[in-house]
Amino acid sequence: MPDTAITRSAIRDEAIRLRALFEATGAQVVDPPILQPADILLDLYGEDIRARAYVTSDAMRGEQMLRPDFTVPVVQMHMAHGAEPARYTYAGEVFRRQEDYPERASEYFQTGFEVFDRTDPAAADAEVFALIRAALGDLPLRAATGDIGILAAAVDGLNTTPARKAALRRHIWRPRRFRALLDRYSGRAPVPETRAALLASADPLADCAPLIGLRERTEIESRVAALRDDAAAPPISENEVALLDSVLAVRETLPFALEHLRDISVDLPAIGPAVARLAARVDALAQRGVDVDALEFESSYGRTSMEYYDGFVFGFYAEGRSDLPPVASGGRYDALTRVLGQGVEIPAVGGVIRPGLLLDLRAAS
Amino acid sequence: MTIKLGVPSKGRLMEKTFEWFAARGITLSRSASEREYAGAVDGIANVELVLLSAGEIPRELAAGRIHLGVTGTDLVREKLGQWDQQVQELAELGFGHADLIIAVPSAWVDVDTLDDLDAAAAAFRARHGFRLRIATKYHRLVRDFLRAAGVADYALVDSQGATEGTVKFETAEAVADITSTGETLRANHLKLLQDGLILKSQATLFRSRAAVLSDADRDTLSQLCQMIEVD
Repeated sequence: MPDTAITRSAIRDEAIRLRALFEATGAQVVDPPILQPADILLDLYGEDIRARAYVTSDAMRGEQMLRPDFTVPVVQMHMAHGAEPARYTYAGEVFRRQEDYPERASEYFQTGFEVFDRTDPAAADAEVFALIRAALGDLPLRAATGDIGILAAAVDGLNTTPARKAALRRHIWRPRRFRALLDRYSGRAPVPETRAALLASADPLADCAPLIGLRERTEIESRVAALRDDAAAPPISENEVALLDSVLAVRETLPFALEHLRDISVDLPAIGPAVARLAARVDALAQRGVDVDALEFESSYGRTSMEYYDGFVFGFYAEGRSDLPPVASGGRYDALTRVLGQGVEIPAVGGVIRPGLLLDLRAAS
Repeated sequence: MTIKLGVPSKGRLMEKTFEWFAARGITLSRSASEREYAGAVDGIANVELVLLSAGEIPRELAAGRIHLGVTGTDLVREKLGQWDQQVQELAELGFGHADLIIAVPSAWVDVDTLDDLDAAAAAFRARHGFRLRIATKYHRLVRDFLRAAGVADYALVDSQGATEGTVKFETAEAVADITSTGETLRANHLKLLQDGLILKSQATLFRSRAAVLSDADRDTLSQLCQMIEVD
């Protein structure tokens, strides 16, 4: 589908039309600047954001980014002077480098809707999902949903050391490293020779090279101590790894997924509260008129997207067009508000639509 | 029309490239004046020598302004997105060997693998309030490598030279750089990570996929490929 078939002004009109739909439900229109200070985004997302965003600079302001999304500026704006609860909507261009997918647009419109409301998270999740689905009209789209919170709860519930749980939680969004850690902690992967040698040494720092750089001796010592503690801790049992794998493998329609997860929670009670939240969300979605019986749920969905989605996640895809990015996507990002709020957390959920893609699909159907 | 062959304009890379072609019956030479970046080609007709900085050769190949070019694999992969769709490797020339590696202070007895680096980076960030800095000029290669390995909590800082010194001067905690022998690393109290080899690079002859070829150019190119024994 060539983007050229539909003009920019048509896409802009569609973006504004969608924004008006959200505005009509009571959302406040916001319009964050295109240039964003790079340091905040870099601190949040790390180097990966450089591969995805355009970075520019000037001698006075230093590094700036062309906004890769609206979420961060909207959260900052809300935290600086927003009243709670709040609903926001916006429409405008975002900019993404597409070095791995040159056929994808590197500049495109997004229309978004964000909810900051701590009273009823399940209702807020359902509100965002249902409003976005309604805004997409009657296009035949496949909806995918997931819940990062269930996986996080499963990790927290493992019968192992806090250090291992923290390491696994940190890598929920990097499935390969997550698996490598799990293999190590469960004794499936052998201890690297260098690690074994280090642990066997009584005083590994005894005759080491001169220490250079900012990382201090105490930091090395405390990691050696942490490695010794880890070596002394018993492996995560096969049974628990199997439970975690069964959580990760859940992929079916919502009612079956919920039943399946309830079964697992008998042996893994730590996921109970997260499963209860999923159940509340299913009810809230049903109340909003969503056909939950047909809605797909996948525990691993959203794990490879940007960090900080930490609960409900969703995306809408054109049937039979796996080459296209989702037409709309979103999720809950309480963790992001926690990081940006420096201790102040505001439960938040939101989503974005790509009007250009929507028009393309409409024209094709 | 002529086939344009881009060759590094100075130093050992240029000399070695000249030797490599000479051994295959193609004599490349620089014009008599050392200051002038022009050259001559003997042994094959309709080939023009273009002397360029090795770092600019990937860009010129991608733009199709030269048909062939000699430069390091590292530079092509760093500078060109989806490099293999823009250029084709014709021949590895067997010199200019260099490995792009990640190195950390030798005194970090607790860090020998990427797994260790990732864990150390997490602790470093918690302690110092910023990400563990890795100095490099190969931003894309290093970032792609670390992302594939699932390493987090690091930041790349740009270093266009004397990269091994950045740790001592506390502008970085680790480095990702080209090393041919490892002596510079040892002299700067740095060590390789066991699984920190990002790329093995050497001087390579590339063909541009974008450069326009006339029928006569195709004949020239196939004659040249025959002489250097490339299919």
